[in-house]
Amino acid sequence: MKKLSVKSVVAIGIGAALFFVLGKVAIPSPVPNTNISLQYSVAAVFAALFGPIAGLLIGFIGHTLIDATSYGPWWSWIIASAFFGLVVGFATMKMHVEEGVGKKEIIFFNVAQAVAHLLAWGLVAPVLDILIYAEPIEKLFAQGLMASVSNIITTGVVGTLLLLGYAKTVVKKGSLTKED
Amino acid sequence: MAKAAILSYIKRKSLVHELTGTTKLIFFILWSVASMVTYDTRILVGMLLISVLVFKVSKIRVRDISVVLGLAAVFLVLNNLFVYLFAPEYGVEIYESRHVLLRIAGPYTITAQQLFYHLNMTMKVICVVPVALLFIACTDPSEFAASLARIGVSYRAGYAVSLALRYIPDVQREYQNISQAQQARGIDLSSKDKFFTRLKNSVAILLPLVMSSLNRIETVSNAMELRGFGKEKKRTWYVQRRMQRNDWLVIGFVVVILVVDLVVTFWDGSRFFNPFL
Amino acid sequence: MAEPIISFQDYGFQYTAQAEPTLHHINLDIYPGEKVLIAGASGSGKSTIGSCINGLIPFAYPGKSTGKLTVGGMEPEKSSIFVLSHTVGTVLQDTDGQFIGLTVGEDIAFALENSCVVQDEMKRIVDEVAKLVDIEHHLQYAPHELSGGQKQRVSLAGVMVDEVKVLLFDEPLANLDPAAGRMTIELIDRVQERTGAAVIIIEHRLEDVLWRKVDRIVLMDEGKIVVDMPTRAFLSGNALLEHGIREPLYLTALRYAGIPITEELEPQHVDSLLLTDKQIAMVQDWYQSAAKEREGKKEETELLKVEHLSFGYTAEIMNLRDVSFTIKEGEMVSIVGRNGAGKSTLAKLICGFEKPTSGSIYLAGRDISGDTIKERAQRIGYVMQNPNQMISRPMIWDEVEMALLAGNMTAEERTERVEETLKICGLYPFRKWPVSALSFGQKKRVTIAGILVQRPQMIILDEPTAGQDYHHYTEIMEFLKELNEQGFTIVMITHDMHLMLEYTPRAIVFSEGELLADTTAAHVLNDPELVKKANLKETSLYTLSMKCGIDNPQRFTERFIEYENEKADLER
Repeated sequence: MKKLSVKSVVAIGIGAALFFVLGKVAIPSPVPNTNISLQYSVAAVFAALFGPIAGLLIGFIGHTLIDATSYGPWWSWIIASAFFGLVVGFATMKMHVEEGVGKKEIIFFNVAQAVAHLLAWGLVAPVLDILIYAEPIEKLFAQGLMASVSNIITTGVVGTLLLLGYAKTVVKKGSLTKED
Repeated sequence: MAKAAILSYIKRKSLVHELTGTTKLIFFILWSVASMVTYDTRILVGMLLISVLVFKVSKIRVRDISVVLGLAAVFLVLNNLFVYLFAPEYGVEIYESRHVLLRIAGPYTITAQQLFYHLNMTMKVICVVPVALLFIACTDPSEFAASLARIGVSYRAGYAVSLALRYIPDVQREYQNISQAQQARGIDLSSKDKFFTRLKNSVAILLPLVMSSLNRIETVSNAMELRGFGKEKKRTWYVQRRMQRNDWLVIGFVVVILVVDLVVTFWDGSRFFNPFL
Repeated sequence: MAEPIISFQDYGFQYTAQAEPTLHHINLDIYPGEKVLIAGASGSGKSTIGSCINGLIPFAYPGKSTGKLTVGGMEPEKSSIFVLSHTVGTVLQDTDGQFIGLTVGEDIAFALENSCVVQDEMKRIVDEVAKLVDIEHHLQYAPHELSGGQKQRVSLAGVMVDEVKVLLFDEPLANLDPAAGRMTIELIDRVQERTGAAVIIIEHRLEDVLWRKVDRIVLMDEGKIVVDMPTRAFLSGNALLEHGIREPLYLTALRYAGIPITEELEPQHVDSLLLTDKQIAMVQDWYQSAAKEREGKKEETELLKVEHLSFGYTAEIMNLRDVSFTIKEGEMVSIVGRNGAGKSTLAKLICGFEKPTSGSIYLAGRDISGDTIKERAQRIGYVMQNPNQMISRPMIWDEVEMALLAGNMTAEERTERVEETLKICGLYPFRKWPVSALSFGQKKRVTIAGILVQRPQMIILDEPTAGQDYHHYTEIMEFLKELNEQGFTIVMITHDMHLMLEYTPRAIVFSEGELLADTTAAHVLNDPELVKKANLKETSLYTLSMKCGIDNPQRFTERFIEYENEKADLER
């Protein structure tokens, strides 16, 4: 395995810190008793910027810290979070966000995040739950489907806007002759 | 935003605190594995008793972690409720027998098997909770990275954990500041605004937060490179402690538990202990 | 003379991402044990020189270089950032970014850990270095338990574990309050005496750095070295004013009094000044020729009234204790005090971000305790220190319009209001631009416009000029002054003493959660006890007036500010 660059190490650390902080922010969603998970939007953007390994570890470390400081780790969902980061990172590897974000990139990013969420919450998490916790299949897939849909919508709106915002604020810099 | 209920390191003098971070990490991981593997009631009861005992030894008081315990309780109740709503006959399926205790309505009856299944599932979760909480409450965060490195995780990945712990307070403060300033401009996330408006509003906080985090990544990685991070294949640790006799005893103990757990659980070819047959 | 430890020979550099070179034809030798100040406005290339020395160029910031550069006998490009780090120790501007460890001890040990030093040896070195920078009693502390000055000492210790030959400081004063800045300069001096390392300080706050002896000043402008002279000779010229750097106040005062600055004057420090009797008389004459006291605007209507305000984040520690004051309509006021004195907490209470434990706040006579953040924001605007923390829309127009979208104005009303606001802020010509195309100062304007668009009666700004060079500082402050003249009441939280003196007649001083003084800016800086308690710093004007036998330093300071204002008015 290739060594992680120093920048990736830092991106993972700070990405996980962001994941943690956003995971602790309670923003009510339309479904009672559930919150909007903003952390996946940031995880997706960081995965697109820093690659699959960073995505994987941001999800893993961030989610473990959230669980460990609230009610003990629920490993199947932690692994699903890590898996989400990994998939988005892989899918967007060929995409160069630094060089601008157009229609093509946006569609690509959203397909990637939707597929990753579906796999993570519709497949990885429930299968692990069956293996580890022997929970009934009906409950798990209903839960997984709901999580997928709400996360796909959230990441679709917030993640896309973040990506666009990033591209518009950062990319121009290099092309300017002087800052002032 | 209310002050989030966050569990953190509680410095005290106890046998649990004196163990090295490495020992506690190994204990935590093997204990989690042991609890995940089994559904054997006898093992679960044993683990539950041990975890309560460990908690006593740690000198962490229940009120130190009352908020966290409350959250865990809510989570467990909800989870049990959902399982029951979706699969009221699941216990019957697993334990291959059916003793009806109470009829409610339609497909919903309460069977002894279902209750027993819920009891096992709950114990499975509960016996990890004290150990997980203790791992956080009794381990100096400074030891995390060194402990991960000692059990074979690359020091780069381990250091990322350390950085996350280092910058969580900073990111939290920044989130708070940005969100307050944006609230003053009419951006509100908790209000009764429409769902999509709320999502869009959240970007007004997240975009500045992400941009400033990207700047921070640049500064921190420069600072780390300037001080030689990543120069050698290994690195030493300022806070690492030497393994003592007790450390080896505890590790031995948890290994024995795991072995007993595996043997008892799979001896008869099933994860479940079935008192009904 | 010995071999230089750093030598630039006809060196040039261009970042890969930039269209033009940032450095041109740099010739600069730095010798072992020397102390050199590299000054220049932002964008002059002074930070780039620093990055060339410590190896961030070319290893972190790729680009094309010409000419030759050697550091400790090595050519950075053929070496590595790690090898260089044993020769050059860098203390970055952002003390939070450089503080990597979870505690002080770990952070100091960071470089040793990376070199695989064994633990016992590591502990010994850490203890030794911590003593040298006077932080040995805080080894267990986490970064958020330390002040900015303490964090900086940790950064310094962290690079000194390597016994480096060069210590490089990139804008060390930018985030510190005045007293902490002075202590930093003294510490750098002590450390250099003990270790004999060459010291390079990159900074535009010249007077503060010159608090301790500096051998040589290198002035940069537009990527070139424009002056490179011993301090004494450097200050005798006119180079500073021509290149957008602020001259030490005592020298400006001497010039105003008609005294040319020459080397014989020993101008490098206010204490070393050798003034002849005749020159002293000139200063006294200038002081006494004061124009009649200017008629200040008499503001009578009370706008904000704070009464017995107390607040604590936790029940045990009070961050603000029994604070009372009033601000009149149309005033421009500074709130000063060390970091953590309660200044920002006060702003948060006024804006409603936090709820006071006790006490009340009145706006135009009405108790606003029950008002929400949103309601208060219609009348009191709050501008954060860093514009990048506020800007959340890529386009200027959208950013300014944002606050209106939450209200119930029609599209036409909004357009009209945004246009009007952009005109007030001088941003109208840029209305269709993306924010990313703006300079820092312009971005600041955008954030202020985003607040002004709600037409608040009062604006609170947190550190409006932090980290800005003289040019940007003037740009931002003149803009705020214009706003004030248009009738907006302006309150600034700052630890910039120049700002307080020059722009705000009145200052409210905080220390450890209490209101220490509410008086004129000139008085604050001429009351030695107040200065000490609030972690401020008397200006060199105070020392100069003493030297010239003027018994009323406060009046002397006021005279100086009046003279500056008159001059500025004339130039307009």
